[in-house]
Amino acid sequence: MALPLLRGITTPTLFRANGMFCTTQRPILAHFSANKPESSVRTAAPKSTQQATREGQVVAEQNTQGFEAVIGIETHVQLSTITKAFCSCPYNYGSQPNTTICPTCMGHPGALPVLNAEVVECAVKLGLALNCNISMTSKFDRKQYFYPDLPKGYQISQFDIPIAEKGYVDLDIPLEFGGGHRRFGITRVHMEEDAGKLLHSESGSYSQVDLNRAGVPLLEIVSEPDMRTGIEAAEYGAEIQRVVRYLGVGNGNMQEGSLRCDVNVSVRPIGQSEFGTKVEIKNMNSFSAISRAIDYEISRQILLHKESQADQIVQETRLWDESSQKTFTMRKKEGLADYRYFPEPDLPEVILTTEYIDEIRSSMPELPEAKRRRYENMGLSMQDVIFLANDDNVAHFFDSTLEHGADAKMAANWIMGDIAAYLKDEKLSIHDIKLTPLELSEMIASIKNGIISGKIAKEILVELISKGGTVKSVIEEKDLVQIADPAAIEAMVDQVLTDNPKQLEQYRAGKTKLQGFFAGQVMKASKGKASPVLLNKILGEKLKGDC
Amino acid sequence: MPPPLQAHRMLLSHRRISSGPRRRFTAVSSLSSAPAKTVVAPGPAPSSILSIRESLLSGERTAVDITSEYLSRLRRTEPSVRSFIHVADAAAEREAEELDRRIASGGKDAVGPLAGVLVGVKDNLCTAAMPSTGGSRILDGFQPAYDATAVRRLREAGAIVVGKTNLDEFGMGSTTEGSGFQVTTNPWDDSCVPGGSSGGSASAVSARQCVVSLGSDTGGSVRQPASFCGVVGLKPTYGRVSRFGLMAYASSLDVVGCFGSSVFDTATMLSVIAGHDKMDSTSSSNDVPDYRSDLVSPNLLESKPLNNVRIGIIQETLGEGVDTGVISSVKAAASHLEQLGSVVEEVTLPSFSLGLPAYYILASSEASSNLSRYDGIRYGKQVPADELNELYGDSRANGLGHEVKMRILMGTYALSAGYYDAYYKRAQQVRTLVKKSFEEALKRYDVLISPAAPSAAYKIGEKTNDPLAMYAGDIMTVNVNLAGLPALVVPCGFVEGGSAGLPVGLQMIGSPFSEGNLLRIGHIFEQTLQDLSFVPPLLADI
Ligand SMILES: [Zn+2]
Repeated sequence: MALPLLRGITTPTLFRANGMFCTTQRPILAHFSANKPESSVRTAAPKSTQQATREGQVVAEQNTQGFEAVIGIETHVQLSTITKAFCSCPYNYGSQPNTTICPTCMGHPGALPVLNAEVVECAVKLGLALNCNISMTSKFDRKQYFYPDLPKGYQISQFDIPIAEKGYVDLDIPLEFGGGHRRFGITRVHMEEDAGKLLHSESGSYSQVDLNRAGVPLLEIVSEPDMRTGIEAAEYGAEIQRVVRYLGVGNGNMQEGSLRCDVNVSVRPIGQSEFGTKVEIKNMNSFSAISRAIDYEISRQILLHKESQADQIVQETRLWDESSQKTFTMRKKEGLADYRYFPEPDLPEVILTTEYIDEIRSSMPELPEAKRRRYENMGLSMQDVIFLANDDNVAHFFDSTLEHGADAKMAANWIMGDIAAYLKDEKLSIHDIKLTPLELSEMIASIKNGIISGKIAKEILVELISKGGTVKSVIEEKDLVQIADPAAIEAMVDQVLTDNPKQLEQYRAGKTKLQGFFAGQVMKASKGKASPVLLNKILGEKLKGDC
Repeated sequence: MPPPLQAHRMLLSHRRISSGPRRRFTAVSSLSSAPAKTVVAPGPAPSSILSIRESLLSGERTAVDITSEYLSRLRRTEPSVRSFIHVADAAAEREAEELDRRIASGGKDAVGPLAGVLVGVKDNLCTAAMPSTGGSRILDGFQPAYDATAVRRLREAGAIVVGKTNLDEFGMGSTTEGSGFQVTTNPWDDSCVPGGSSGGSASAVSARQCVVSLGSDTGGSVRQPASFCGVVGLKPTYGRVSRFGLMAYASSLDVVGCFGSSVFDTATMLSVIAGHDKMDSTSSSNDVPDYRSDLVSPNLLESKPLNNVRIGIIQETLGEGVDTGVISSVKAAASHLEQLGSVVEEVTLPSFSLGLPAYYILASSEASSNLSRYDGIRYGKQVPADELNELYGDSRANGLGHEVKMRILMGTYALSAGYYDAYYKRAQQVRTLVKKSFEEALKRYDVLISPAAPSAAYKIGEKTNDPLAMYAGDIMTVNVNLAGLPALVVPCGFVEGGSAGLPVGLQMIGSPFSEGNLLRIGHIFEQTLQDLSFVPPLLADI
């Protein structure tokens, strides 16, 4: 049904304005390349980025001089349950509009909600993962407002008794952002349903409603106002995403809107205990955008403070505009919205038993924070720790490799180096490749035992990743066993020296750099199989001896 | 044999029957001799469902015959009664023919317990093949995608839905004058209201336009019209019947109920529609007994069939503001129950008077939320506008009636920040008190009795400009909804009015899920009420 609607409800371009300053620090945040942080492998960033970071921090510190930002985040996590929260419709992102709907999620007369038990299970899992107290008895409430994407005129949510509350999340700030361990408080986690979507016509003269998303289960996580910088807020969001993915309760995809962060930012002079006026920012679809939007907003508010215009900071919702890298007023809040919450009479209370919670607790996987601490205790660097624990598939691969006896540091290096690079180039995830943790551990063992060189290993790895098979079979098939027989290597060295008299002459004339040339020729002759250590030793002796 | 009724105490005006040999309860014998006249036969209410079933199975009558009998009566009476918003006569005839074919081809075993039974369905219950408006203009022309669970179960039992009955818009009212479409009249007196909000369902059964009907009861919407129209009305325990497909008015109070011209028919209906429904999480998973099994034919009853039954008569319902004719009818009913062997004592419910304001706050609060979905966006009437708020405002202003708007406003106010504690929360506390005082009383008594309404049917238009007077009429019934209890209304007498008197109903209230006991007592009461007939004069004239 076509629907004439107020114009441009969520179109940020309409709010574009000029003359506002911008402190965007875009290059620093390459780390937060959206939902695939694993793609920014270690090759991406080392020195140049760290340099840029330091400069950025200096700028930020100058801007925040004398002021402190207070940041709290409301995160909506869409659950990937098979059916919606209160009806048996499926939900698949990107389906044709209004194809996964029924009388209940369309709010038809007489239809009633029936709670999907899986939603409660996900909520308890996430609540436990965020170190919350779980409410043994909670209930649903109706949050009432009119909007065309809200079919019933109310959202089924939880008001005064959320299913989980008073928790916290631990995380490590990456070194390039200053490093350090943080603990941020979680106020509450509650269950609710998503709304549909409005599709605005190009002419702007009408809008259409797509109710596929209506009734999809969400968990809303409300943080304490514990964050102080854009980076901290982005890292908080990234940790929530990791926890969600580790638990398997949702896909945490920000582009699809499966993970949405609304941020509250206020600024106060350092030393002041009460909070400043808070502003809500929406419309950020990557962690990088969250960080940039917050830093922009902090600078905007500080400038107003410094110019004695703090009264212009008002309670409002602002939208982040990616193209101009600024936030713009979406709507001013006139007083508090009255949602007229009251207990949902169509749903009984949610009553949990200790056995139920214990069963869920015992089935929980190792979570990111526990993993990081375990990796740290193995002696891995914080950079390695953060990388490996970032993606539970990668962490799982790493853990399996270790279970097969591989050396932790070597396994980490291979995964973060060649394997990560391959995944990035081919845009694959680690579970898409044919290499198994067992074979990676075999390969590492072969290097350690001197059967293959590191260089050969790189070749073997590509083979294993793309075609599978075992290290042994690839070595045999390709005849790649390292030549570690000094006599054989000596013969090859002799041959190379004989074949290159000109270079030998130059070498003898003092051009000693040519030793590398000879080594290369020998390696080539051995098809890369010569043990590099032996080769260099014998070649050196020969060249010296001949002098 | 139970003692005969002391008629002079019961009646101010009634139709007398000649005393003769007591009929068998099933009424088959009377049917076989003069089938077309069953409905006007005086005496203990016969079971129409049983007689239909037996005549179908014996081959004495066809479903088409029975259907056309009801449809022709419907066509004759409907111009004055106006019970139906939608009549599905063609579909009913088709279904009857189909049933006859099944019976003819030997499928008698497949004939359900309600085969060939014409049912009227209150229009706030969704029906897939028919319009469902809830009595509201905002849903004019709306056709649901599904059958309400109660309707589906009736159909599965073989019932034929003959149409959708009139009601006060979304169930908000006590006269059926609040319908967005038409005013229904009382078959006993066409200048009187049939009661409400299920007025159409009550009048349709009273005028024998259908055999039985479905209603809904949020604060008395089945019981009060049953009383006004002289039919049996049952409000089951909250959760006994699925609410799925019932357009919600006040979700924590709404129940689907049923009407019949006899307790037996009502019990048969309940057996079919009751039971857990996975589509309604507030529906109970308690077992559903066959509510007919305890309903014994009157000639098989012992002399004191209600021995060991303790009955409390609620004092607060017999005082000021209650018509004397109603009080004397109920008192006469009480002494009849005593003569049947029960002990009747006076009982007081201290929180009784608190129930009415608490009910109106809670019901309006929930209604303000439940009716938000009628916004003109996805279905129903949409008034085009340039701006969203205007679209909402115009569609709702146009589509919703006065009473509905008033209750939405009251409810919105009661739930608003700053008022919630004083209104909604307090009302919930009162609800708990009401529940407790019923629990206390029902520990001492098997059944509590009271009038179903403070008066018999009143004139059309009499209370339309005095909503408080209309609300006060719900005093007898709302407490039962607050407590979630089952209650049965059985016609028990008459007061003066109309050409043949106006009926009065006796309300019997029981503990949660004691419908079986209420129906048993109600059946004995009804079947021993030999000198009364609750067939309206409208039909006697035919
Ligand atoms: Zn659905």
